[in-house]
Parts: sequence; structure tokens; C-alpha cells
Amino acid sequence: MRPISTIDKANSTLTDTSATELINQGSRGAIIEPEEPSVFGLTGLDFWYGTKQALRGISMQIPVNRVTALIGPSGCGKSTMLRCLNRMNDLIPGVRIEGSVRYHGHEIYAKDIDPVEVRRRIGMVFQKPNPFPKSIFENVAFGARVNGFKGDMQERVETSLRQAALWGEVNDDLKKSGLALSGGQQQRLCIARALAVQPDVILMDEPCSALDPIATLKIEDLIRDLAKDLTIIIVTHNMQQAARVSDYTAFMLAGEQGVGELIEYGPTRELFTNPRDQRTEGYITGRFG
Amino acid sequence: MPADSPETITLHATGAVARRQAISRGSRYILLAASLLGVAMLFVLGYITVVDGIGRISIDFLTNYPSRFADQAGLRSSALGTIWVLGTTIVLAIPVAVGTAIWIEEFAPKNALLTFVKLNLANLAGVPSIIYGILGLAVFVRFADLGPSILAGALTLTLMIIPMTVIASQEAIKQVPPSIRQAALAVGATQWQTVWYHVLPSALPGIITGVILSVSRAAGETAALIMIGAFAFIAYDHSLNPGQALQDDFTTIPIQIYNWTIRPQEAFRANAAAAIILLMVAVFALNLTAALIRERFRRTF
Repeated sequence: MRPISTIDKANSTLTDTSATELINQGSRGAIIEPEEPSVFGLTGLDFWYGTKQALRGISMQIPVNRVTALIGPSGCGKSTMLRCLNRMNDLIPGVRIEGSVRYHGHEIYAKDIDPVEVRRRIGMVFQKPNPFPKSIFENVAFGARVNGFKGDMQERVETSLRQAALWGEVNDDLKKSGLALSGGQQQRLCIARALAVQPDVILMDEPCSALDPIATLKIEDLIRDLAKDLTIIIVTHNMQQAARVSDYTAFMLAGEQGVGELIEYGPTRELFTNPRDQRTEGYITGRFG
Repeated sequence: MPADSPETITLHATGAVARRQAISRGSRYILLAASLLGVAMLFVLGYITVVDGIGRISIDFLTNYPSRFADQAGLRSSALGTIWVLGTTIVLAIPVAVGTAIWIEEFAPKNALLTFVKLNLANLAGVPSIIYGILGLAVFVRFADLGPSILAGALTLTLMIIPMTVIASQEAIKQVPPSIRQAALAVGATQWQTVWYHVLPSALPGIITGVILSVSRAAGETAALIMIGAFAFIAYDHSLNPGQALQDDFTTIPIQIYNWTIRPQEAFRANAAAAIILLMVAVFALNLTAALIRERFRRTF
């Protein structure tokens, strides 16, 4: 693996540098491109909310059928970046995107690309579980139905609920309202809902932050299981979770102007045990963030 | 604040605190009096009306045509007229109003046209109803040559209730949390599918409440319909065929009430009072239904 830029090893131990100095260092971080096939290729992604720039120059390759985590302090742009991957930011008025986001080689922001086609293939699970106020069955079936699925709906719903490790807990009454489930169950219902469309990528935006520790562990196990057949990209503010769950980790940081940049990216084990950038080390050791 | 030693502390209201508390207590009573004043007025009016009119209410009263003899006059044609006009108004106004609300909240790009439309709707909701009557007279009765017909009346009332219905529907749609929309769009639903399968069903109780309130407003409308010529003597039933009935001249219950109150004979006052009682019962029932729907479908998200 070839780092794009190296930082002198001798200088990588922290001295009395204050946290703000650390953050404002202009040096480029270490971004290691995985040598596996990738599903997403970002090149020079810039993003603005109106006149306020939120992301600058994000470039990375996200590998297929692996779990990639995005970590960083609050406000660094991780959720913004995640939402760029399935064009959910289109829904916000006044946003501007430049640069390139390629999904299996296809540019998803090209003029003639339909966002509905994009979102069909790239699912999303949100921070606060948001099942529809309908039955469990209807929740899972909705995605398949609106995308024109004409086959056996019962089977599709059961498969999705099994994949989401929820079938055993709800199969006795699929007509129960989705809102009657516990928080962890609701989140797994949302995962089943995303799976019903049979995407090949699922984006997860802090999926466990509203859940208790036991539910969190169940979902982390689920993520590792799903990664056998799917690509998972997870935003998390919990570093330990990123270390437990992911194969690759990307560390982002917002500089003085509040613009998020990609500081370091590489295999999880390496990033956490041997970070190449001082700022990464500062974050994971708790000096800031 | 002067330092108090433990012995000199008093927790009873004194000085400035006592003054402030007195004002607060006083304001409570003043506000109570204001509320009771409104309710008291209502009761006084209701009592007078009931005393005058309760004796006149009978099956005959409901099934008789108007007449120059007070004891033979009834609500038959005005009740049917009200039903026809309101029914047609509902059919015309609801799709337009709800559709407009959906467009404003879900589909419209945030540009100058949208601001223009919203501004206009807010203004139109406050326009006095007689203006709508004059508009209806000029456009529907004269220009479109519909005459003083049920259709002209319904079109006039439709214009009148669309602004308030749009605003009420907008509020109901705004109540649906964005997370539901995001969840639907994230599985690859189109905007219309999101609206049809999730936003509308969730907003429906609020929309229905708004519709019912608008309809009860239209039910009591008098000035606008008099302007278009609904002050007519109708002594026949409208046919059940819309093609026929929509062209008929008509009258409505509020107009019939007005008609009776301006007669010199004392006996017509009793008729008017009786009709008022029935109209109030109908409007009250509509509003109660709206309140019940609101309560029954109050969802927690």
C-alpha cells in the first residue's frame, strides 16, 4: 500500500502542540486507496449549502462488500458526504456540488441521471429510526412495491426481515404497527425496509446513536453479517464502534473555515494503531473532538 | 437585596412581591370575565332564539314550501337548495384546494411564483364574502350566462372557500415529519409516490377537519348568494339529475331566514327562529365531527 504523502515518523508523537494548532495544520493527510475493487470513486468532491462550503476536495475509493466507516468530530461533514452518495442532498434547496462521484464507474451527478434510480440501488438508514406509521409488513413491502416488484411479496418481506435479524421477533404478527416496536427493533425494521429493494450498498448515518448498548451490539453484528453480500458505509461518532465494525476507516475534519476535508483513510487496524497524520492521532487519542 | 438573617426571613408575600401577585391574580379574573362574556352572549342569543322558535319545529315545518302564510311556510326548498349548493361546492372545491396545498408544500420550487401564490392566497382568505358575491354575479351569472343557478352559486362559494381550505390543508401537510418523506425517498420512491402513500394519508385527518370547517362556513353564507340572485321563491323540488338541478334557481336556509326576518308579520319571526335553531344544530354537528376526527386520528410520530 502506497501512501500519497508520508509524515516524518519522528514528528508523529505529540508534544505540547495545542489542539487548535493541530487542527489548522495545512499538511495533507495520508489517504491510502484500497487495492480491492471499489464501488464508489470520489474525485475532488466539493459541496456548498448555499454560499457556505461544507466539503472540499474529497477524493477516495470505497471498496466493494466491505464496511467503511467515516469518523470525525461533530460538524466535519461526514453526514453531508454520506448523503452525497445517494443524492439525498438534492432534497435540500440551494445546494451545489462539484467534482465527481462515480458508482460502479457511472457518474451519479450527470445531467441525465435519475435520482430515483440511484436511490433504488443505494439504500439508507437514518440516525433516528423512522418506520412508516403502518404495519411491519407494509413498511418492508413499500420499497419493493413502488419499484415495481411483481413477485411473491410475502417471500420478499420474510427474506428482508430475516436478513435484518428481525424475523424471529415479529413473525407472529406482521400486522402490528411498526411504531409499536422498541427502538432497536425499529431500526432493524428500517434496515429490512432498505434491504427489501435489494440494493448493493447501504449507507448508515449514525444508526446506533439513538439506541441502547444491547441494541447497538445487535446492529453491529448485523452489519458484519450484511457485509458479506453488500457494501456498507457507516458514519459514526463512536470511534470504538468504527474500530469494532469496519474494514476501512476515513477520518474527516473541518478546518478553521468550517470546511470538511478528508484527512486520512486506510484499513481500520492501521488507522487506529498507527495513524499517519498527527490530527488523526489527536482525534483517536481524545486530544480533541 | 438586603441580607436577611434566618430569624428575619418571611416567606409570606410582602411589598413588591405582594403587588405583583395581586396583579397576576387580578389578571386571571379579568381574563375569566372576558371568556365568560363571550359565552354569556352566546347563551343569551341562543335562549331568545329557542324560546321564539322551538314551538315551530315540526315535520310540517321541514317539508313545507315557503308561503305567504307563516304557519304554512317551511324549509323544504331552502334545505334542498342548501344541500345541492353545498354538495356541488364540495365536489368542486376540495380537489382544487387540496391539490393546491400539495403543490405548494411538496412540489413547487421555492421561487417568486410560489411566493406570489402564497401571498395571494393569504389575501384572498381575508376578502369579505360579498366581494365574492359581486365576482360571482359578474363572471358566472352574467358573463358565463349561468343565471342565478345552483351551479353559479356553487362556483361562487367554491372560490370563497378555496383560500381557507388551502391554508388549513397546508398546515396539515406541514405536520407530517420530514423523516417520513426522507425514508420513502431513500428506498427509491418518486415524489408523487411519497406524497400519495405517506404524506397524504398522514395529513388526511387535518385536511378533513379543514374541509369540514370550510364547508360549515359556506353553509352559513348569505351575502354572496344574495348578490348572485338566490333570493328566490322556490316552490318545487330540484330533480335528482345534476344536469337538470344545477341549472335551477335556488335558495338556501340562511337566505330563507333573512327572507322571513324582513317580513312585517310577527309570525314569521318564529319561523326564522326555528330555522336558526336547525341551522345552528347542523353547524354545531359539523364542527363536533371535525373535533372528533381530530382527536380520533391524533397520531404520535
